[in-house]
Amino acid sequence: MKIAVLVKEVPDAAVEKRIDASGRLDRSGEKNLNPYDTHAIEAAVQLKEGGTIPVEEIVAITAGPAGAERALHKAVSLGADRSVLLSDDAVAGSDVIATGYALAKLLERESPDLVLLGQQSDDGENYTIGAVVGEFLGYPSLTQVVKLDIAGETITAERQAEYGYDTVEIDLPAVISVGDAINEPRYPSLKAIMGAKKKPLEKITIADAGIEADKVGAAGSKIECGNFTEPPKKSGGTIIEDEDTSATVEQIVAWLDERKLI
Amino acid sequence: MDFDLSPDHELMRRTVRDFAEQEVAPIAEELDREKRFPYELVRKMGALGWMGIPFPEEVGGAGGDSLAYAIAVEELTRIDSSVAITMCAHTSLGTQPIYLFGSDEQRADWLPKLTSGEILGAFGLTEPEAGSDAGNVQTRASLDGGEWVVNGAKQFITNAGTSMSGVVCITAKTGDDEISNLIVPQDAPGYERGEPYRKMGWNASDTRPLTFTDCRVPEENLLGPRGAGFKQFLRVLDIGRIGVAAMGVGLAQGALDEALAYAKERKAFGKPISKYQAIQAKLADLSCEIEAARLLVYKAAKEKDLGRDFSLTAAQAKLKTGRLAVRATEEAVQIHGGYGYIEEYPVCRFYRDAKILTIGEGTDEVQQMVIARALGA
Ligand SMILES: Cc1cc2nc3c(=O)[nH]c(=O)nc-3n(C[C@H](O)[C@H](O)[C@H](O)COP(=O)(O)OP(=O)(O)OC[C@H]3O[C@@H](n4cnc5c(N)ncnc54)[C@H](O)[C@@H]3O)c2cc1C
Repeated sequence: MKIAVLVKEVPDAAVEKRIDASGRLDRSGEKNLNPYDTHAIEAAVQLKEGGTIPVEEIVAITAGPAGAERALHKAVSLGADRSVLLSDDAVAGSDVIATGYALAKLLERESPDLVLLGQQSDDGENYTIGAVVGEFLGYPSLTQVVKLDIAGETITAERQAEYGYDTVEIDLPAVISVGDAINEPRYPSLKAIMGAKKKPLEKITIADAGIEADKVGAAGSKIECGNFTEPPKKSGGTIIEDEDTSATVEQIVAWLDERKLI
Repeated sequence: MDFDLSPDHELMRRTVRDFAEQEVAPIAEELDREKRFPYELVRKMGALGWMGIPFPEEVGGAGGDSLAYAIAVEELTRIDSSVAITMCAHTSLGTQPIYLFGSDEQRADWLPKLTSGEILGAFGLTEPEAGSDAGNVQTRASLDGGEWVVNGAKQFITNAGTSMSGVVCITAKTGDDEISNLIVPQDAPGYERGEPYRKMGWNASDTRPLTFTDCRVPEENLLGPRGAGFKQFLRVLDIGRIGVAAMGVGLAQGALDEALAYAKERKAFGKPISKYQAIQAKLADLSCEIEAARLLVYKAAKEKDLGRDFSLTAAQAKLKTGRLAVRATEEAVQIHGGYGYIEEYPVCRFYRDAKILTIGEGTDEVQQMVIARALGA
C-alpha cells in the first residue's frame, strides 16, 4: 500500500498572527511544519512499522512557496520516503477549494491507497482541506480521526464527535484527517535529519501536474480577503462569591442549565 | 560569506527547540528545586543521537559536526542549563578524550556506550590544588604489577556520580615531571564519589568530589602515550570551549525571550513596560550582543569543522558569552521586577545558572591569558 501525507509549512506557533495589507495572514517570520501534520506522518509511519498491512511507500506532498521545502525536509526526517513540492507562483493566494483542487491533482499523479493529513493547519485553521481533497478525488473522507485501524481494504476509524467518538468504517482508497490525540509524534533523530537529504525530492510546476491555471491562485479563488477586524473582546463574565457552597453550586447549575449546557 | 544555516542545521535547531520546550521546560523548575538528575531526559536524548552528536557513525556517534553540536547545546540551554551541561560535559569532556586519544580497543570498549548515551562520561582534571593552574596536578599514579595505582582527589567533577555514570578520564602525575590521562571505570576498586555539592545553580546536574585511594586500573587504561596528559587536556578544553560558549548564547537568548514576553504582558503606569524606552534599550542591547556572540560561537565551530585552528576563536567565544549570559540574566531579572526574584519565573533560575559560565572550563581570566598569548602579547 502507498500512503500520501499532505503537509504544510506554517508560521511557528510562537509567532504572533497578523493580517497583512492584502487581508491575508502575514506568513513572515519563523516557520515550522504544521504540528497536526506531524501526527499524520506519525500515523503513516506507525502503519508502516506496525506491519499488519504492508506499506511500500510514504510520500509527503505540499503546495507552497519554495521555502516549503523545509516542511518536506522535516517530513522525510520523520519517516516519509520521498517528497513532492508544488511550487509555482500561480498557486499563491489559493483559497481552500483551489488548494484542495491543486493537492488532488498532485495526488492523482501518485494514486495512493490512503491520504493522511492533519485535521487543521495552525495558520488557516479551516479543518476542511481533507474533505475538499476527498471530493475532488472521489474518495470517501473522514475528519478529526483519533484512532485508525486498517484490515484488508477496510478502515475502522474513531473520529472525535461533539460528544464522545463515532466509530466509522470506510473502504480504501480514502482521505483521512487526523487529530492530535491520535499519537505522540517522535522527534527526528540526528541521523534521520542527516539522512533526509538523501531521500528524493521532486519539484513540480502546475503544468507538470495538469493543474489548470485559472482554477488556482488568488484569481481562481472565490474567497475575498480584506476588511478584517479584531474579534470583539470577551465580556467580563460572572463572578460568583462562594459564601455558601450549596447555594454556589445551585447558581452554577442554574447558569449552565439556562444555556442548555447540561 | 554565507550566514544561513544548512537545512540540516536548521532542522536540528527546530527539533532541539521543540524537544526543549515540550519535554524539558515543563519539568525544569521541579528538577532544579528537587536537585534531581534528569535521567529520563538523558535517555530520550540518547535515543535521538544527541549524546554523541559530533562523533562519527563508525564509533556509534550521530555523525554530526561541531556546528550541529553547538546549536543543540544552545537550544537546550535556552530552556535549561542543567540538562545542557549534562549533555555538554558528557560529550566535550567525557567522550572527547577517549575519541581523540584512545587506542582502538579503548575506543571499541567505551565509545559505543558513551555516544549512545547508555553511560555517562566525565573528565576529572580539577583538583583542590589545580584549577586554573591545571598542570599542578597532585594525584599520583604509579605502576605496580601491570596496574596503575592511583591516589589523590578531584574537585567539582560533572557527571561522575549518577547511576548511569560509567567512566571518568583523570589527569594524574605518572612521574615527577610527567602528566598522563587514565581511564577509570566506575567500578574500579578504590574509586569513590563524594556527596554532591550544594551549588548556586546547575542544580539538576551532577557535580561531586572524587577520591582515589590505592585505586587500581589496568596498565592499558593509559590514554595515549605516557606524559601526553598536559597536551591532551589542553586540546580537550579547546574543543570544550565551543560547547560552553554555546551554553552562554543559549542562556542569554532564553533570558531575552523570557524578558521580552514578560515586558509585553506586564503593565505599569497604564502601558506594557515594553513600551518604555528604558526597557526597550535593555532588550535591544541584549539582542545585539547575543547575535554577535552567536556568530562568534558558530565561527569557532565552523573553523573546527573545516579542520582549521579554532583555539583563539573558541576562547574569544567563551569569554564573550559567559559574561553575556551573566549580564543578560541579570537584566532579565531586572525587567521582571520582584517576580524575577521568585522561582516560579525561569529567569530566577537562569540568573543562578549563569555565573558558572565565567568560571567553569577555564575562568574569564584564563581565557584572557589564552587570547593574549595568541595575540602575541
Ligand atoms: C559546577 C562546576 C562543574 C565543574 N565541572 C568540572 C568537570 O567536570 N571537570 C573538571 O575537571 N573541572 C570541573 N569544574 C572545575 C572548574 O573548571 C574550575 O573551578 C575552574 O577551572 C577554576 O578553577 P578553581 O576553581 O580552582 O579556581 P582558581 O584557579 O583557584 O581561581 C581563582 C581565581 O583566580 C583567578 N586566577 C587564577 N590564576 C590566575 C592568573 N594566573 N592570572 C589571573 N587570575 C588568575 C581565576 O581566574 C579565578 O578568578 C567544575 C566547576 C564547577 C563549579
